[in-house]
Amino acid sequence: MGKDIWVVAEHFQGHLNDITLELVAKGRELAQAAEAKLAVVLLGSKVKGLASELAADVVYLVDRPEFREFTPEAYCAALEAALKDAQPRAVLMGSTSVGLDLLSMLSARIACPCLDNCTRLEVRDGRLFATSQIYGGKLFVEVAVPEATTLIAVIPGSFPRPEASAAGRPEVQDIPLPATLPELRIKFRKLIEPPPGDVDITQVPVLVAVGRGIQNPDNLPMAEKLAEVLGGAVCASRPVIDQGWLPLTRQVGKSGMTVKPKLYLAFGISGAPEHWEGMKNSELIVAVNTDPKAPIFGGAHYGAVTDALELIPLLTEEARKASMKKAS
Amino acid sequence: MNIAVLTKQVPDLVEGVEIDSTGKAVDPDSIRYILSESDDHALEEAVLLKERTPARVEMFSLDTGEVRDTLCMALAKGADRVVLIRTGLETLPSNHTVAKIFASVLQGLSFDLILTGVRAIDDLDGSLGGLLAGYLNLPYVGLVRKVEMADGTSMAIVQKEYPGGYAAELEVKLPAVLGIQAAEQPPRYVPVSRLRQVMKTAKVEEKETTAPEPETVAVERMFKPEEGMGATMFSGTPEEIASQIVGLFSERRLVR
Repeated sequence: MGKDIWVVAEHFQGHLNDITLELVAKGRELAQAAEAKLAVVLLGSKVKGLASELAADVVYLVDRPEFREFTPEAYCAALEAALKDAQPRAVLMGSTSVGLDLLSMLSARIACPCLDNCTRLEVRDGRLFATSQIYGGKLFVEVAVPEATTLIAVIPGSFPRPEASAAGRPEVQDIPLPATLPELRIKFRKLIEPPPGDVDITQVPVLVAVGRGIQNPDNLPMAEKLAEVLGGAVCASRPVIDQGWLPLTRQVGKSGMTVKPKLYLAFGISGAPEHWEGMKNSELIVAVNTDPKAPIFGGAHYGAVTDALELIPLLTEEARKASMKKAS
Repeated sequence: MNIAVLTKQVPDLVEGVEIDSTGKAVDPDSIRYILSESDDHALEEAVLLKERTPARVEMFSLDTGEVRDTLCMALAKGADRVVLIRTGLETLPSNHTVAKIFASVLQGLSFDLILTGVRAIDDLDGSLGGLLAGYLNLPYVGLVRKVEMADGTSMAIVQKEYPGGYAAELEVKLPAVLGIQAAEQPPRYVPVSRLRQVMKTAKVEEKETTAPEPETVAVERMFKPEEGMGATMFSGTPEEIASQIVGLFSERRLVR
């Protein structure tokens, strides 16, 4: 087996996604430690120009119209072809909508191990170790990455994104694919834009975020009142959106928005990786949860173990008083 | 149209999970199992499809934890047949193993759609739907939030979620495996009285399988994040906590 590190690139509307730049930076570090090459697999249509933004030794490219939009089947077929003879040490991808589909299917197709939810990768004594988060962030599992080529899906934001693109001049090689692909069973129809939002939560300075702990929709006005006093808006984690209590436009996390407000107040949110991914860069994070072991306390700046439903009205009142004091 | 819903049980996080004495695995005695949340959404989406198009919904579950109640609940929600798969395994195997078990169970059966939750909280080695599709050489789409049938039962139109509120609409030739992120409506509520009634006459079929050679990754260690690690904790009565938090806001000039 080879020692090279591969990264599967993701791009959207002509731009590389942050996760790809994060993985390229990490991949470079791992490749250097192993005195090996870093290769990026870039699949799409009219994407050749993106290759120069990648600080890799080699870019394996498929630039064809049928790859214009992501479909799991076509992308998986191309990766299978690329991986057939090369046997890299590890293939890094995002634990994202694109990466998750590819990770499992490829693992089964080419019979190689895979790891998901990875937040840490390091080489110790010449061996590669990966740490993954499971149980909504309540446990970490450290795994010695198997000796066979291993596919690893990394949670976005786990590794720093390089400040300036340290792009190089990677050698670009086409992945050999048949002139016509076998009949594809999945076809892209259209991109659905986010529904027009009532409030753009990515632009609001203060976010009052509610999770399962809000218990029922009757408690939402309470959170809205606090948001109003603080000059912010209410947003939520996935379970609240899935219940239909707030519109999709208010969702923070993997499938929702990525926000960076001055203040993120999290009420009754456990802090599962899917949510954390969307708000971890907030300037100030204050978390309130009844569970002292809630993973959100691991990353929040401030926290309190108490019932959010009891605390919210008290906070609203205190904030109102402070605001009046400031005005006088 | 025939729809299979594949489900697994996962530890209930409300009950907490403990690491065993080896430091490499979860203590099975610390776990109470519940149906994986996104599997519940997969079942809901299947029942919604059945309400729109004539369909038969069959749910399959591995025998980890107390599965009988979950299967009866599925019947109460609208599943037509429920099957408990006996594996003889004491703990929930890796997803590679689970996918191989389901692949062998589905062999020879005819389904147009195979739905499963897109991910479970204990996923370490990929997700069940993608692995199964890989083994069965079927098309797979994950993070699906909406499924509609088109062209009879030969095609499904699905919405796949992307970050930032975007979604892709894809056309998928059937048979196919879909990893459901969220059903079009929250999983329906079944009153206890209805569940009890169903349980009286419920027929839970059982199917014995021989578990394949377990496929796992070598865990070096398992650990919990340090409690409160990172966060400066406020304490006291709720009134005192509120006052401290607002004090912080004032200090940071976050009060309007």
